[in-house]
Amino acid sequence: MANVGIVIVSHSPKVAEGAAEMVRQMVGDDVPLAWTGGNSGGGLGTSFEAITDAIQRAWSDAGVAILVDLGGAETNSEMAIESLPAPKRKKVVVCNAPIVEGAVIAATEASGGSDLETVRRVAEELSP
Amino acid sequence: MISAEPVDGRQDARVPLDEERKRRLINAIARSVIERVDELTALDSAIGDGDHGANMKRGFEAVLQSLDSLTAMSLPDSLKGVGMTLVAKVGGASGPLYGTLFLTLGKELPDAPSRAAAASGFGAALAAVKARGKSDVGQKTMLDVLEPAFRAFAAGGDAATVRAAALAAAERTIPMRATRGRASFLGERSIGHMDPGARSAALMIGAVCDEFGAN
Repeated sequence: MANVGIVIVSHSPKVAEGAAEMVRQMVGDDVPLAWTGGNSGGGLGTSFEAITDAIQRAWSDAGVAILVDLGGAETNSEMAIESLPAPKRKKVVVCNAPIVEGAVIAATEASGGSDLETVRRVAEELSP
Repeated sequence: MISAEPVDGRQDARVPLDEERKRRLINAIARSVIERVDELTALDSAIGDGDHGANMKRGFEAVLQSLDSLTAMSLPDSLKGVGMTLVAKVGGASGPLYGTLFLTLGKELPDAPSRAAAASGFGAALAAVKARGKSDVGQKTMLDVLEPAFRAFAAGGDAATVRAAALAAAERTIPMRATRGRASFLGERSIGHMDPGARSAALMIGAVCDEFGAN
C-alpha cells in the first residue's frame, strides 16, 4: 500500500515551498508531496484550482493529508476536496495543525506507512 | 434574493428572468463591488490583510468577461457559473464563501422562481455559507448582513426594505468584536471598523434590490 500523500497550502509560495523543503529533508522521496501558495493573481492568498492540482500531484491511494495556514487556505482546501469525484473525496483531509510542524510530523508518520486517520491524528496532536 | 415583485401582486407568481434582465442583474452585482474596490480595500486594511477589494474585483471582472455566456444560460446555470468563477478567481476566504452562496442559489432556484422559491433558495444559500465558514451571525462577518437581509426578504419586505436592512446591518458590524476570520486576530482592536465582508455583501444585495426596485 502506498504512503499517504502530503499537500502544503500557504498564502505565501515561499512559506509553502520552504515547508516542503523541510519535509523532503525528513522523509526524502518516500511520501508523495506537493505544495501551493499564492492566489490566481500572483499575490499572497490561495487558489482553489491550484489546490485541486496539488492534491492530484500528491495523490496516493492511501489518501492525502493537507496542511494549511490561515482561513482562506482552509476554506479553499475544503472546497477543493468537495469538488473531487466521490471515491477520492473521502480520502483527503485537512489537518488542524500548524503548517510547518504539522507537515513535517504528518510526513514522517506517513513515511512509516500509517493510514490517513493516523497521519492526521498525529499531526493534530501538535495543535494547541 | 432573485425575485421581482409579482406583477399581479400574488406571492406565488413566477417571474421569468429574460436574458436582458439576467445581464443587467449580473452586471449590477459585479459593478457594485468593482466600483467600491478602494472602500473595501480600506476596510480590510484596517482589520484584515487588505486584499478583499482586489480579490473581489478580480473575481467579478472575470464574471463580467463571461457575461455573454452567463446570460445565455438558464438562471440556475448562470448562478452556478458566477459561483464557480468566484471560487476560481477571488482567492482568500471570500472566494469559497461567496462562491458557495451563488452555487447554492443555482442549485436551489428554478429558472423562473416565485418569491417563495427565491426566499427558500436564499435561506438555503445562507445556511450553506454558514457551514462553509463554520460561522454564524454575531462574529463580524458577511453573515451579519446576509441573515438580516434574508429575514427582511422572507418576511415580505420590498426591494427598498431589504436594501435598507442590508446596509444598516453592515453598519451594525462596526461596534462588533470579530471572532471569526482574519480580523479575529485583532481581538478588541477589531471594534470600531465595519467588516469588509459585511460591506461587500450589502453592496451586492443593494445592487439586486435596485435592479428589482427600479422595475
